[in-house]
Formats: sequence, C-alpha cells, structure tokens
Amino acid sequence: METMIEWHPVVLSLKVAFTSIVFVFIFGMMAAYMMKTLHFPGKAAVEALFILPMVLPPVVTGFLLLLLIGKNGPVGKFLGDQFATQIIFTPYAAVLAGAVVAFPLMYQSAKAAFQSVDSKLEDAARTLGANEWRVFWTVTVPLSWPGLVAGLVLSFSRALGEFGATIMVAGNIPGKTQTLPLAIYFAAESNDLTRAGLYVLLISVMTFAMILWLNVWSKTRNRNTAGKELF
Amino acid sequence: MLHIDITKQLSDFELQISFSVENSILVLFGPSGCGKTTTLRCIAGLEKPDAGIISKGGQKLYASETKEFIPPSRRRVGFMFQDYALFPHMNVHKNVWYGVQKADQKAQDLYKKLLRLLKIEHLTERFTDKLSGGERQRVALARALMAEPEILLLDEPLSALDNDTRLELQEELKKMQQIWNIPFVLVTHDPREARAVGNKVLFLERGRQVTEPANWECQCPPRLQAVN
Repeated sequence: METMIEWHPVVLSLKVAFTSIVFVFIFGMMAAYMMKTLHFPGKAAVEALFILPMVLPPVVTGFLLLLLIGKNGPVGKFLGDQFATQIIFTPYAAVLAGAVVAFPLMYQSAKAAFQSVDSKLEDAARTLGANEWRVFWTVTVPLSWPGLVAGLVLSFSRALGEFGATIMVAGNIPGKTQTLPLAIYFAAESNDLTRAGLYVLLISVMTFAMILWLNVWSKTRNRNTAGKELF
Repeated sequence: MLHIDITKQLSDFELQISFSVENSILVLFGPSGCGKTTTLRCIAGLEKPDAGIISKGGQKLYASETKEFIPPSRRRVGFMFQDYALFPHMNVHKNVWYGVQKADQKAQDLYKKLLRLLKIEHLTERFTDKLSGGERQRVALARALMAEPEILLLDEPLSALDNDTRLELQEELKKMQQIWNIPFVLVTHDPREARAVGNKVLFLERGRQVTEPANWECQCPPRLQAVN
C-alpha cells in the first residue's frame, strides 16, 4: 500500500478536519446559544444565513469564499496590506472551507440540544447565584452533551469529505493543499482507479466507524446522565 | 422583609398584586393559572413585571420608575420549583453545594446541619433519579437554603407527594422557617395545605387579590370523608 498511495492527502485531510471542527464547535455553540437566548429583529434572516452553507452547492460557497479571501477580496486585501500574506491556495483556506460547510451541522445539533434542556434547571441555577456563564457550562452544556457530540461527529465527517468549496479556495496542489477527496477525484480522472479506490475505502471506513461509534455511544447514554462523564 | 407591588399583563388578564411579608410564611392561594407562579418568578427575577416595585429589606430588586432590575443570580432569593428542578447530572452532594459561594468551614457546618435536619445524610452520593418524591423535596429545600437566601419562594412544594409524606413535610417546612427566620412565600391551590402552613393566606383570582372566599371555611374537607 505504501507504494500505491500517497499518505499526504490523508494526513492533511485529518489535520484540516480537526482544525475546522475546533472553530465549528466554538462558533456553532456560541451561535446556537445566542439564538436561544437573544431576541432581535431580523433573527430569522440571521438564522437562514447560518444554515445557508448546508443548502448551497459547496462550489457556490467556495465561490463566495473566493470573493472574500481572493487577493482582491476584502479579507485577502486586508491580509496582503497588513501582514503581507495570503491564505488563498494554502491549507488554511481548506480549513476555512471545511469550517464553513460544517458549521450548519454543528449549529443545528447544538440548537436542538440546547432547546431540549429544561429551562427550569437553568432558572434554578440562576436563583442559586450562578451567572450566565456558569449556568451555560455547568447546566446547559452537560445536559446537551449527547447532542453536542453528535454535532461534532457530523461536522467532522462533513469537513473531512469537503470537495467543492475546498477546490475553489485551496486549489489542488499535491503535497500542499490536496486533501483526500481531491486526491480521489484527480486519481480517478487520471485513470488510476486502484489508488482512487484505496482512498475511497479509507475515507469510507473512517466516516463509517465514526457514525457507528456515535450510534452505539448515544444508545447507551440518556440525555440527563451523559454529562456525568465529563462534568 | 419582602415588599411587592406590581402589575404584569398575562395572556388573558392582568396580574395586579401587592403585599408585604415579614419573617413568616405567606401563602398565595388560588386556582391554577391565576398568576401565583408568575408572582414568584417576578420576585426571583426570572420574569420582569410591566410596572411596580419589588424590594427586599431596604434593597430594591426591581423598580420600574428608576429602571432598576437586579438579575436573579444576585438577588439572594431562593426558589423551590414545583418539580424541584434538581440537576439530573449531579449527585445530591453536588446539587446541595451548587449555590455555595465560598466553601469555608461555615458552609461545611451549614451543610451538615441541613442534612441532619432534613434527614438526608444517607443520600449524598445518590443521583436524583434514584430519589423518592419526598427525598427530592428535602434535597431541593437543602439546596435552596444552602445558598443562604434572604427570602425563600416555594412553588407548590408538596403537590407531588402522597398524603402522609405531605403532612410530614408540612411540619418540616414550618420548622425550617422558624429556624432560618426569613420570609417564605408559598404557592398552593390546596386549601388544606394553605391552612396548615400559612401564617397568613392571600387569595388570588385571575390576577387579582380577593377577600377570603365565602366557602373557604368549608372548602377544607376532613382527611377521611365518609363515603355513602
């Protein structure tokens, strides 16, 4: 196998997916909690914007990101002027693409999980002197834990498999920005079916194992007590 | 001392309530949906009234005129929820300690005293799903008092219990109030309970305070009624 496949795309994909979900986990939870607690005009529109990357074709998301971080885009210009650097066509762009497409999955899971927490428990914590930060970390998060883990696993799988947006902003530079899905596409295109097949097998096994683990894990836990393990 | 004088628009009537309570047990009595629980939630700061004033001792907790509103976490107003709202992911020990600001010797002593008074010393390691109704009620009371509140609000604290446990806990509530010597405001729709624990009873109907209902005296059936 060593001779048949390059390991770089595999390692890069894992790195990109792990880095993406760190951001996705934090921002997805923040956004979900914000939408649960705040009420403001235009909330429905903001929410639609959060979900948008899930329903837009990834290539369209990629195109929009390209406008943003391209050399002449607002972010690209800023990075160029201030730091004399660009993230376009680097692994950082792949992380950005992965994070953007995976965000809605985390957001949706976190929102559903937070909403399922009995608000009386949060109120009880408040009357016991806990500020909002403490209520969130000691009551809301532990009681939403199974939903948050589900969101995390789904986001990771989604970021791992991202193709359309990645190729738009990170390109396909072998050894630099070529992730696993890109390697599969270009191996198949150059008729190297064994190599493409091995990559396909690898990514299928990885994602299948994760979803399987999630199913088994969540079946053996109930909503109220899963948080005991962590908190 | 607690003083409240507020109005709040509810879905089909306006809640208008005003009372003061010293260090004793005041019962808010009325049918379901008359605004009792909303009143408690306003005192605790979990809901905002439309207008009025709520004060504790000399401290204003809420005043519509000056736009003052102290958040629930800084009010030192304990709240015992109808279904007790114990944290299911924590054991009894952690539940009871949740509201402690400073875990010093004083808190340790208070903890021991509460467990002893409420007879829950043997339950500290248990999770809340392994407790009976009466045990939950006791743990919830211990948790609320452990945070050293200056007022304690109790929303239908005994309604989920069987008759014998209820009678026992009525006595315990009275005893705890006497020991702690802070205002307790208790909500119930059960006339027997209102009578048994209240030093003073306030009657509520569709958000308004009313005088004692005409049938109040005979509303309280004897414990064992003859069945014909």
